[in-house]
Amino acid sequence: MVLISKQKVREYGKGLAVIALLLVAWECAALVIDNNYILPSLTEIAEVLLHPAQPVLGGESLIANTLVSLKEVLTGFFCAAALAIPVGLLIGWSTEVQAYLNPAIQILRPIPPIAWMPFAIAWFGIGINSILFIIALGAFFPILINTVDGVRGIRVRWIEVAEMFHATTFEKLRTVVLPGAFPRIWTGMRVSFAIAWMCVVAAEMLPGTTAGLGFLIMYAYNLGQLDVIGAGMVVIGIIGLGADMLFRAGQARFFSWEGKD
Amino acid sequence: MGGEGLMAESVLSISGIEKTFHGEGEDCPALSGVSFDVASGEIVCIMGPSGCGKSTLLRIVGGLERADKGSINSPSGLLGEGPSVAMIFQDHALFPWLSVEENIIYGLRLSAQKIPDTEMQRRVDDLLSLIHLTSFARSLPHELSGGMKQRVSVARALAIRPSILLMDEPFSALDIFTRRELEDEILRIRQELKTTILMVTHNPEEAVYIADRIIILSERPGVVAGIITVTLPHPRSPADPDFIRIREEVAGRVKGRNEVGCAIQHE
Repeated sequence: MVLISKQKVREYGKGLAVIALLLVAWECAALVIDNNYILPSLTEIAEVLLHPAQPVLGGESLIANTLVSLKEVLTGFFCAAALAIPVGLLIGWSTEVQAYLNPAIQILRPIPPIAWMPFAIAWFGIGINSILFIIALGAFFPILINTVDGVRGIRVRWIEVAEMFHATTFEKLRTVVLPGAFPRIWTGMRVSFAIAWMCVVAAEMLPGTTAGLGFLIMYAYNLGQLDVIGAGMVVIGIIGLGADMLFRAGQARFFSWEGKD
Repeated sequence: MGGEGLMAESVLSISGIEKTFHGEGEDCPALSGVSFDVASGEIVCIMGPSGCGKSTLLRIVGGLERADKGSINSPSGLLGEGPSVAMIFQDHALFPWLSVEENIIYGLRLSAQKIPDTEMQRRVDDLLSLIHLTSFARSLPHELSGGMKQRVSVARALAIRPSILLMDEPFSALDIFTRRELEDEILRIRQELKTTILMVTHNPEEAVYIADRIIILSERPGVVAGIITVTLPHPRSPADPDFIRIREEVAGRVKGRNEVGCAIQHE
């Protein structure tokens, strides 16, 4: 199926060498420091990772906590996309809509989603709804901005072809603007997913949550179990990497036409 | 076989078309009173110095631009009954995310056309074989050569069975061999489908090679400065002395540089 060239192997080899070096350095430091409360050794972290289905610290397993976080991220992410894509299409399409909405968007966009947490708790209470709100907020803007840019990048000639065939405005949006902007929208979703993933961990660290990777990390911190924290961080990193790889693969698979004419 | 005998009825009547573009500061007059008729099944080429409003005229006929004055109508009543005009641009303007087949079917899928699915597929299959690209039905445009792309663009325009095909310098981006091949293909399509064609070109040889009539516009603002009827039988040979004589006459009449300090840009 997929043939990895020698060049690719060499490229990956370089990256893996650095990771190996970092791990060795970590392990050496842990041996020297010899204090679990400052730096847990890799073997202890690996111990947690190698038993992902076992209860951790008397609570849910690593897998169960990961699934909770993933579910929250996906829910918030899809809510954000469902809102950001149509709004982005409208802003990109109509300078009138842009004139109304752009200033508000530019002011709201730089605010870190976590800053909304107190409001979120006040409006939605402690728990899942607040977390979903924060994730959706974080994921919303990258998708929106990229959708707008994608629409702006549509070739006028494509729209003219649709007009020549007497397409209605809705048909122009559906058959030309949306597919033409989709590679950029996809890029926005890729960025958004990474942000959503960061938001979920941060949001779960707040009081009142009872599950999720962020919760697990904070709970382990309170109990002084730094190996669990390390394991949680490794899982977060791997899932982030995996999602990014999926988005890249999707890009190569579906948008091979991008930039080619 | 030329256009003789096909000149029965006029399918398009252009009269008194005026158009001025209002730019920043200065106005840019493009057309001032262009009038001519196109007969059914005829191939008419529009020529003129660069910037004389040739493309603007074509875009007005195609409904992409509005004329300030004048009218475009069809005595035979073919225009106005749904989408009966289709345009082919200099760049193929294919949708890069759609396959060859999906590009051809694009216009048919829109609500402006009410065509049953089976009929759609039949038309696409016919057109694919007409342009000899049946085996590329599933390919994406970027996998095709320039000439193949322009053939798909022609098929996409023909799919809606237009009463008039408008072509805006359709082959000028292609190399000379591909160009001649496509000109022959256009002649063959006219022969088979009796399509009426209105084409803008800046190449006198191309005009004499395929046109029944050549309409020459003056410098901007454009008016009809002359009409040359080409009665040479097809296939025409560019080496034929008569061909050369007509080509030189056309080239001689398309002259004058555009000195007006404004430019019209259609992308």
